[in-house]
Amino acid sequence: MTGAARPASKRFRPDKPILFLLCSLPLSWLALRAFEVAGFSLGPNPVEALLHGLGLWGLRLLLITLCVRPAATIWHQPRLMRLRRMLGLFAFTYLVLHFLTWLVLDQALDARNVAADIVKRPYITVGFTAFVLLLPLAVTSTNGWMRRLGRRWHALHRLVYPAALLGCLHFLWLVKADWREPALYISIYVVLMSWRWRKWRRRQPAALASRHGA
Amino acid sequence: MRHIRPRSTPLPSEITPPERYFSRRELIAGLVAAGAVGIGFPEAADAASLKHSKNARLSLKEPPNSFEDITTYNNFYEFGTDKSDPAERSARFQPRPWTVKVSGEAARTGTFDLEDILRPHALEERIYRLRCVEAWSMVVPWVGFPLGDLIRRFEPTSRARYVAFKTVHRPEQMPGQRFPVIEWPYVEGLRIDEAMHPLTILAVGLYGQTLPNQNGAPLRLVVPWKYGFKGIKSIVEIRFTERLPPTSWNISAPHEYGFYANVNPSVDHPRWSQAQERRIGASLFASKQPTLPFNGYAEQVASLYRGMDLRKFY
Repeated sequence: MTGAARPASKRFRPDKPILFLLCSLPLSWLALRAFEVAGFSLGPNPVEALLHGLGLWGLRLLLITLCVRPAATIWHQPRLMRLRRMLGLFAFTYLVLHFLTWLVLDQALDARNVAADIVKRPYITVGFTAFVLLLPLAVTSTNGWMRRLGRRWHALHRLVYPAALLGCLHFLWLVKADWREPALYISIYVVLMSWRWRKWRRRQPAALASRHGA
Repeated sequence: MRHIRPRSTPLPSEITPPERYFSRRELIAGLVAAGAVGIGFPEAADAASLKHSKNARLSLKEPPNSFEDITTYNNFYEFGTDKSDPAERSARFQPRPWTVKVSGEAARTGTFDLEDILRPHALEERIYRLRCVEAWSMVVPWVGFPLGDLIRRFEPTSRARYVAFKTVHRPEQMPGQRFPVIEWPYVEGLRIDEAMHPLTILAVGLYGQTLPNQNGAPLRLVVPWKYGFKGIKSIVEIRFTERLPPTSWNISAPHEYGFYANVNPSVDHPRWSQAQERRIGASLFASKQPTLPFNGYAEQVASLYRGMDLRKFY
């Protein structure tokens, strides 16, 4: 796969720099407001604005990351797969900052409160679990780790599926009554996962048959 | 059990202080001299300044939040569920003309023009803490008058144990009402002794001006020792009932929002802690502050709930 792409990869492609800029936009906007540049501000409740902004964009980018494989397959654009790592790492960056905002600005590093919330508040338990699931994926996102882990890399990176689901539940669980936006994300997740499930099911009999044949 | 019977000895909090008494007289004299009707309320929805006195005794010493904070960070789902929606999507709302229907267990019932409702009441400013059930708080300089003074005019009967309120239902002017996030119209209620308590007010303004649409124009309830959602906005109905009236958030999630909804740091919301609150308008690096029992008004109101298990009646 990588061998066939070699001549093409030598040419400059603007797709990655463009994606980098796009993914940085929400973060730059939040930063401008947080540092009150040019009169922008995070509004009357800055901690909440930052926390929700980072969390929302983390979840959106995570779902966009899950769109890459189906999009590449359906539209026969294998080159899209090049963009998946950057999307995933951006999602992770937003979610790390989301977690740190909660830990430092919201909870003021109060270890007892933090521990109690993670254990007692289901939406925080779920969100924290999603974050923990994503940690090894970010660490092993390098080419070196991909080589070292080989086939196990793919198995490990399937953790993104439960992580994204927990992320959606985290959002659904914290809204008071307006479940429309979390419901939209859960629907997107269900569509993306049912596409994968159908593909796996189609592959399964073939794999079984070849094993029987051998 | 809970008859509205005057206590034999009035509490100190029930005695009108002389300065307030005289300021009220001055105000009335001023109004008469000016030939003003309706305490200077314009027909238009534009903010206008309201004649009022300052009730320092029942006001906090803390500095109030900025007008901008109070008018751009609102939970008023009738205009949308984002905090900025009420300010951004309420411009088309018409708070005038306005009528309030009064019904139920009272001698004087009927539908009244807002001007007739307000006419006899001297307005005063009260700087109150507002604690939202979402664990944030503000300090708001309301302009209003005691709900109890209004209730007495309707002469509730001995069967009136509760007061129920209803918000206007106008999906064409309130875009949030076009989707049933919660059941519309919004309804709230108080026990009659809570409604008669001198701290409970109906507000018609803030920062000395008529109430902006996003804050519940033209008439809203303010009960400073309860979570903000009890403070029903844009009231069109007041009903005296014998039985506990349904309340919107209790219908929406009964295990999360009770009828009483008294601010209580030791009874958590099932999904989050109520022990601390974030003060609106504070910097990104400000820490939260502890939430006080009854939002700091325990001395005045705790006696209303004597003998009640506040874990059960949350």
